[in-house]
Amino acid sequence: MKKINLLLGISAFSTMAFLYLPLMAVAFFSVNDSKYGLEWKGFTLDWYTKLFENELILHAAWNTLVLALVSTLVSTFLGTILAIGMDRFPWPRKMNAAFDMIMHLPVIIPDIIFAAAMVVAFGFLRTLAPVFDPGLLNMIIAHITFQTAFVALVVRSRLAGIGKEIEEAARDLYADTTYMLMKVTLPLLTPGIVAGAMLAFTLSLDDFVISFFTAGPDSITLPLYIYAAVRRVVTPQIHALSTLVLLVTIILVICMERITRRVNKK
Amino acid sequence: MKGLSLQGINKTFGKVHAVRDVSKDIHSGEFFTLLGPSGCGKTTLLRMIAGLELQDSGRIILDGEDITGLPAIKRHINTVFQSYALFPHLNIFDNVAFGLRSRKVPGAEVNQRVKDTLDMLELGEMTKRFPHQLSGGQCQRVALARALVNEPKVLLLDEPMSALDAKLRAQVQIELRRLQQKLGQTFILVTHDQDEALIVSDRIAVMKDGQIVQYGTPAEVYDFPKNRFVAEFLGSANLFEGTYKDGRFHTAIGIFELEKPPPWEKGLIAIRPEWIRISDTEPAKNGLRATVTEIIYRGTNLDISLNPGPVRLRTSTYSRIKIGDELWLDLAPKEIAVLNG
Repeated sequence: MKKINLLLGISAFSTMAFLYLPLMAVAFFSVNDSKYGLEWKGFTLDWYTKLFENELILHAAWNTLVLALVSTLVSTFLGTILAIGMDRFPWPRKMNAAFDMIMHLPVIIPDIIFAAAMVVAFGFLRTLAPVFDPGLLNMIIAHITFQTAFVALVVRSRLAGIGKEIEEAARDLYADTTYMLMKVTLPLLTPGIVAGAMLAFTLSLDDFVISFFTAGPDSITLPLYIYAAVRRVVTPQIHALSTLVLLVTIILVICMERITRRVNKK
Repeated sequence: MKGLSLQGINKTFGKVHAVRDVSKDIHSGEFFTLLGPSGCGKTTLLRMIAGLELQDSGRIILDGEDITGLPAIKRHINTVFQSYALFPHLNIFDNVAFGLRSRKVPGAEVNQRVKDTLDMLELGEMTKRFPHQLSGGQCQRVALARALVNEPKVLLLDEPMSALDAKLRAQVQIELRRLQQKLGQTFILVTHDQDEALIVSDRIAVMKDGQIVQYGTPAEVYDFPKNRFVAEFLGSANLFEGTYKDGRFHTAIGIFELEKPPPWEKGLIAIRPEWIRISDTEPAKNGLRATVTEIIYRGTNLDISLNPGPVRLRTSTYSRIKIGDELWLDLAPKEIAVLNG
């Protein structure tokens, strides 16, 4: 038994190391006072300060934020009403199975296929209106399309958790649909909606593939900037930038975890 | 007519005929119980009265007004749900005030009525708490308060005791009965618990396969079950099959006299275990000589099985009966229920 426990411990530890060592290395080099080498030359925050003086990076950060915020807001709204519509309307049983598939498709479909489809779609739309030239609007629309499915999935599972009896109780107590939505359904759904929105935000923040295929010359985001920069040379500045993006993602994931856990406790 | 009138109600779910042609008048101020095993259609019937389910055919009349097509929010009927369905994000006061506020009752009146109702149900201390901070019994009272504060013409209770433990349940049943008598409101209870139905009800409708198979006061339904299902579902019963000829009922274990001739030639009679008396000497009528084969001690009484039969009877724990004893049983004609089938 003891031997197995030891083996189990070692393999778990090495898996964790395999997952997190590269990330830690990036963070490590972002505060290393050396431009090229792999050896430790002392602690510095220079790379971080230089980051904030770089116009290109600031612009990319701004684009990333605008893209993530706008697409999250729209997809949260769409995803929520989509989930309510799917779960609460008395659809025939067969429709429910179809909905499940439709919802999961954007989640499991490879990003690259999704992105290629976007290129085709926008190529067609562009012939109708020039606003669909590659750029931020296209990116926002493309992000909304895949985020909506994620939000709807999260909200729908929360809806299933609330159950229908609570809403029947509201109706039994003379609440019309608007009153019921405002006073019962939406307040109970809020944790699910927030969790869905945070998931959508994180996905948008980190997305590379779909952004890459829909971005224009003026709508570079951080992931796209990092990709372009790394192709020339990996500088400690990029390490610093990556570390910051990583930190923001970690904070979002922790927040989401907290919210989901609080919901499950109730 | 004052009260609730169900007229030819039918409901099917796919191929399942959940409620079959149910017609019943429920008088105003009556404690009415729908009793039956799970899947007998009692909850479906209750949901149709509440307006949460739409019947396929039939009409529902409340105090002379046809409410057949009205949705739940337009019916002056409130429900205590099986899971209570309290709003977890609202405190007890707001839970109880919900029905008044959604009808835009003025604030001062809401406060007064909620306070009065909570006091009546001894929940006055709980107003600021949330449902998850209450015990099962308290949640049940909140659900009751939330419905009663609206002064409904009919209060529906969907298995409201099923989440309580046995001891609390017995207490709550009596409280519920007293409350209903004090308020004089119409209560309709759905339950599968025969004891509960007997304790609380003015009238019981026993349901099976979507139909009401017997209807009457608790004593009528218990003492004179009309058929095998009711006899066995409420309490336990000794059932004897036989033929009626020459003014007497002939069974495999003996020949018995009945109070009235049955409407059939071949059929069933039932006799409750607690009605069979033990006698040292042969009774004048319907005596049966039997041997004790099993004794089960139940604290409040003994359950005894005897041969031939087997006959089961219930007697006090004082009786000094041993396995193997030969006894005379007195199956008095007035204690025998004649079943229809």
